[in-house]
Amino acid sequence: MVEPVPLLSLRGISKSFGRIEAVKDIDLDVFSGEIVALVGDNGAGKSTLIKIVTGVYQPSAGQIFFKGKPVKLKDVQASRRLGIEAVYQERALADQQEMWRNIFAGRERTTHLGFLDIVREKLEAEQLLRGIMGFTSRAITMDSEVGSLSGGEKQGVAIGRALYFHADLIILDEPTMGLSVMETEKALRFVRGIRDQGKSAIFIEHNIFHVYDVADRFVILDRGRIVGRFRHEELSRDQLVERMVALHEAGQVR
Amino acid sequence: MSDLAVSPPALTPVPGQPWWQRYRVQISTVTMLVLLYIVFVVFAPDVYLRFDIYRSFMISIPFFGIMAIAMTYIVTLGQIDLSFPSICGIAGWAFSQLYISTHVFILALAVALLVGAAAGLINGLLVARVRIPSIVATIGTMFLWRGLVNVLTEGKGLPMAEITGDPLNKVFVGQLFGLIPAQFLWFLGFSVVLGLVYKRHRFGSHVLFVGDNREAARMMGINVERVTILCYIQIGVVAALSVVLLLNQMMYFWSSTGDGYLLTTLAAVFIGGTSVFGGKGTMIGTFVGVLIIASLEPGIIALGLTGFWTQFIYGLLITLSVTIYALMQRRRE
Repeated sequence: MVEPVPLLSLRGISKSFGRIEAVKDIDLDVFSGEIVALVGDNGAGKSTLIKIVTGVYQPSAGQIFFKGKPVKLKDVQASRRLGIEAVYQERALADQQEMWRNIFAGRERTTHLGFLDIVREKLEAEQLLRGIMGFTSRAITMDSEVGSLSGGEKQGVAIGRALYFHADLIILDEPTMGLSVMETEKALRFVRGIRDQGKSAIFIEHNIFHVYDVADRFVILDRGRIVGRFRHEELSRDQLVERMVALHEAGQVR
Repeated sequence: MSDLAVSPPALTPVPGQPWWQRYRVQISTVTMLVLLYIVFVVFAPDVYLRFDIYRSFMISIPFFGIMAIAMTYIVTLGQIDLSFPSICGIAGWAFSQLYISTHVFILALAVALLVGAAAGLINGLLVARVRIPSIVATIGTMFLWRGLVNVLTEGKGLPMAEITGDPLNKVFVGQLFGLIPAQFLWFLGFSVVLGLVYKRHRFGSHVLFVGDNREAARMMGINVERVTILCYIQIGVVAALSVVLLLNQMMYFWSSTGDGYLLTTLAAVFIGGTSVFGGKGTMIGTFVGVLIIASLEPGIIALGLTGFWTQFIYGLLITLSVTIYALMQRRRE
């Protein structure tokens, strides 16, 4: 059997800020159609690592491959052109604008002279959110202002928009932060939707319970290094928590 | 377009916001206009039930109405422009001076529009590139251009009565069928075109998005600086066109030409319900706001009050409407 080429490969990635090494010698593969969770304590290097993948930071050492080819992610646009898109909770949505205007912001469908094809934008937005993302709320129409949505639904709009515009790898930075239990459920369902579409995600999350439910693989970071890798099937949720604690404590002794 | 697996969506009609909630701003402004006219017609029927006053409205409204339409874009961006009356001044001076010395209408018009565009570009660069808060930047350019006009004219006016004989004069201030002043048609045309661009064009969509959430707009690849600069150029050009209309009507350039329009223009935009926080507005609202503002002064006189009341009532209406819209917005959050 031929090994599939990973969508994204990091090899020996390190990043230091002055004398502080935020991440060190990271090897990581993400395959198509899988959700990889980066877990670890505050300051473990999760944020630094995803900022390297989204082109915000340049690694001090190491190589990045995308679909098997070496790439340089020199800025956010470079990552985006390849199909790596970060979804930041709420931050990229305009609350007073309609759903359809938000979906197509900066990538409008136009007819002639730059006039919007509103009928088409609304229809595509409707297909995306109801058909693909599984929005069921009857109170929301494509004419609703995004500000009238709940936190989980906003997360769904942002994820749906990234998927719709050809993102192959979606970076999710704490998508359930600040959400209620109900809303967290919605947001996690949208995250699972990424895999259902055959796309991939790197998922940073503090809350192990949220991570455990949706991720295919867990990569545990501790003080800038990868200290453990597990598949979802290998561990129960409690075992995962135990491993994290054990690995962290082992690291402190070291 | 998209390579996603699309399952056919259930396109059954979905109950959304009721229409009266979606159009609450437009309904508020139209209601205000209707109430005003009920008062006027009841208390001054001999003035308000005759065509004359409406023709005089059609003559005078467009001079600031067109600028209010353009100003709606600036306010939607979350910015302000206080310098447009002075842009009227400098562009008007260029138009008058060139017309008097060459009698080539087209040349004078083109140069006036260019002066307006250049002044707008400078405002745009100060706000978008240098990042000076727009209220401060445009106070600066307001004094700059008016000051320059004073230096150039030494406070004296430029008579240009001969412009009435120019064939192009009719295009700007002639009368269609002897009834409709041409400037009113210009105003209608601008309202329709800029109204369509506002909600139904890529540019308008970008303006709304930038005004709503600048950071989000940037993340989505909208060129925030460019959008801002283009809005300022637009109002500069529109201010220049307005003053050309005005000069064709008045046939005389004063060093203070344009100054009176600051209050009326801004009042029309705010009464029209464009959000002072940016990101939301309607062109119908501004249009109705223009009609309200224009109706007030003659209405006040017709009701038997002195003209001294005008400013007070403008101020009252602006303060009240801005407060009501702000509260409406807050309550929904």
